[in-house]
Amino acid sequence: MIQIQVNNKTIEAKPGEMLLGALRRAGIQVPTLCNMEELLPTGACRMCVVEVEGAPALVPSCAFPVREGMKVKTHSQRAVRARKTILELLLANHPDDCLYCPRNGSCELQSLAENLGVRQRRYTGLKSQHKIDTSSPSLVRDPDKCILCGKCVRVCEEVQGVACLDFIGRGSQTTVGTAFNQGLNVSSCVACGQCIRVCPTGALSEQSHFRAMLNAIDDPEMTVCVQVAPAVSVTLGEEFGIKPGADIAGLLNAALRRLGFDYVFDTGFSADLTIMEEGSELVHRLQNGGRLPMLTSCSPGWIKFVEQFYPEMIPNLSTCKSPQQMLGAVVKGYFAERQKIDPAKIFTVSVMPCTAKKFEAGRAEMVRGDMADIDLVLTTRELARIIRMRGIDFNALEAETADTPFGERSSAGKLFGATGGVMEAAIRSAHFLVTGKEMENLKVQPVRGLEGIKTATVKVGEVELNVAVVSGLANARKLLEEIRAGRKDLHFIEVMTCPGGCINGGGQPIGTDLEAVKARMQALYRIDREEGVRVSHANPSVQRLYSEWLGKPMSDVSHKYLHTHYHAREVLK
Amino acid sequence: MSQTTASAGPGATPGSDDKLAHVLATFPEAKREYLIPILQAVQESQGFLSREAIVRIAGHLGLPASKVFGVATFYNQFRFQSQGRFNVQVCRGTACHVKGSAAVLNAVKRGLKVEPGQTTRDGVFSLEVVACIGACGLAPVITAGGDFHAAVQPDKVNRILQSYRKRAADDAA
Repeated sequence: MIQIQVNNKTIEAKPGEMLLGALRRAGIQVPTLCNMEELLPTGACRMCVVEVEGAPALVPSCAFPVREGMKVKTHSQRAVRARKTILELLLANHPDDCLYCPRNGSCELQSLAENLGVRQRRYTGLKSQHKIDTSSPSLVRDPDKCILCGKCVRVCEEVQGVACLDFIGRGSQTTVGTAFNQGLNVSSCVACGQCIRVCPTGALSEQSHFRAMLNAIDDPEMTVCVQVAPAVSVTLGEEFGIKPGADIAGLLNAALRRLGFDYVFDTGFSADLTIMEEGSELVHRLQNGGRLPMLTSCSPGWIKFVEQFYPEMIPNLSTCKSPQQMLGAVVKGYFAERQKIDPAKIFTVSVMPCTAKKFEAGRAEMVRGDMADIDLVLTTRELARIIRMRGIDFNALEAETADTPFGERSSAGKLFGATGGVMEAAIRSAHFLVTGKEMENLKVQPVRGLEGIKTATVKVGEVELNVAVVSGLANARKLLEEIRAGRKDLHFIEVMTCPGGCINGGGQPIGTDLEAVKARMQALYRIDREEGVRVSHANPSVQRLYSEWLGKPMSDVSHKYLHTHYHAREVLK
Repeated sequence: MSQTTASAGPGATPGSDDKLAHVLATFPEAKREYLIPILQAVQESQGFLSREAIVRIAGHLGLPASKVFGVATFYNQFRFQSQGRFNVQVCRGTACHVKGSAAVLNAVKRGLKVEPGQTTRDGVFSLEVVACIGACGLAPVITAGGDFHAAVQPDKVNRILQSYRKRAADDAA
């Protein structure tokens, strides 16, 4: 450790680190717009400038290495005035439409303008004018609101390994866009939404159209069913000031009933169903010389990634639909039959931590006849917005349970919300399928945690199963390149598009608070520790679905409703 | 380089394969520092950077198409449409600026209905803005098809353009 002087106080810094890191640890808040933790600094936005004694000009603290004994002033008049001017210049080329912006209230420019006391338009001039890109089923890009911080470009390339965005042009003409500045729909965008979560402004947001849902709720002839993904109940509370990691599933069920949904289901149920099908598929592939390693298929951004970058590995993907789609399919199949409801009169909504789920729900493979498994997907953020819009006070709600027949889940199904969860649930059930016995210790520690690539060898009966768990598509790319180059030891690989899995999904609250993600993960592990039914195959509702309707995993009915196929995609890549 | 990333993708049009492949073959190694030399060589050979070329250069180097497009658009030297029969250069150097070249450029843009870097639909004109063509004594100056036009005033622009339109029409007849 070395010592540096900041604002006439001595603080500690690690040799070689950038000044900003030391300031943050010491609780000194210097604003940033382009800084991304764990990635190299670019120094693009200049908001973090500070005065360093002896330096000829202000320096960006994000990209300025610490030096023993250096003297720093972070909030001198000169530094603060410079930040304010930088911000005013950004605002001079920003549409003044905060009241109509999807990021009204969560915009970093807005809060900086408040913090720095901007009260006048000191600079005026021509503003850039671009078309809004609404071509993607999941995302909206409004380049007029872009401040060129480059975070979306970097998350897309460095974290997700997709790189559909880059800077185009130069100087005052610079924009962020796709190859040939075309719509996201023809680009290699996988709709993961990580760019939305890092964008400081409203330049990136999700496609949000829920009037059809509100109309269906108001229509007495329609039965409106909603499902909630495992990662949502441990996250949504943060939108209402509840601390990260609190599981509010019960309150959430109550809130959804207040909103007027007729049936509240849990995607954890169909996560269990996925395990039954996917686990059986894995065992089948292992026993019959099928294509290995088998790749999970729950995460729709990942599916599109394989379809466009690794089409030769499409046969490795599990044919199982994702839990979202499975639940939609059984609602419009089994549930409609059982309740004697015309499936055309059922409207299925899902609440997902994900923007790619919007893309998935619209895939042609997910529509039977003219009936979609899922009619509408809401992100965690959108649900929070609707709850506020309808004036529902979380503090005044009593916890309620979800509805039969799809409200019951095992804790294994709940684990789907974190990276490694699908794998852990699958191992538990595969062990039972192969040996007829439960594992002695259900916890599979090596597949837990936030690490990007995890591998483990698990003994399932006589078989040594080599598994890998990957989250963040740049990590997936690394592993797939190894497989392309001839790596052959792996049998089963779980891939989640977003780093950390759905708890850090592109539809989750804005911002990248790693501590919050860890708390959400611990909440899922706590649920798994404390609940009684911890294996998917023991979910009584799943067992009943098989006995009454599906027969057995991989049956003809299963194939009709719960399995799908994929196809190579030509995109600009 | 694998098959999939080297394939031409949706920007591809059949026919022009060989010329491009020939240029790429002179840079056999997939190193990203070859990007700009490759872009220059392809423009040299084809006159401009087509979509197909950009997608295939990206595949060749294992870079995202967005990045190749981003780099190419950063530099003024690259164009993305084939040049017109007459390439019009408007000088925006200091001397020409002082003599009113901004208004001249606007007049040319209005006359041709294109922006700098673009080519008219009929393929007769392309428009290019240059920093200084070293003819400051003639300011403001434009060139068309290699001919210099000195002391151009905005109201003269249409007459100049018209003379080239006529030449193109005469040639066609």
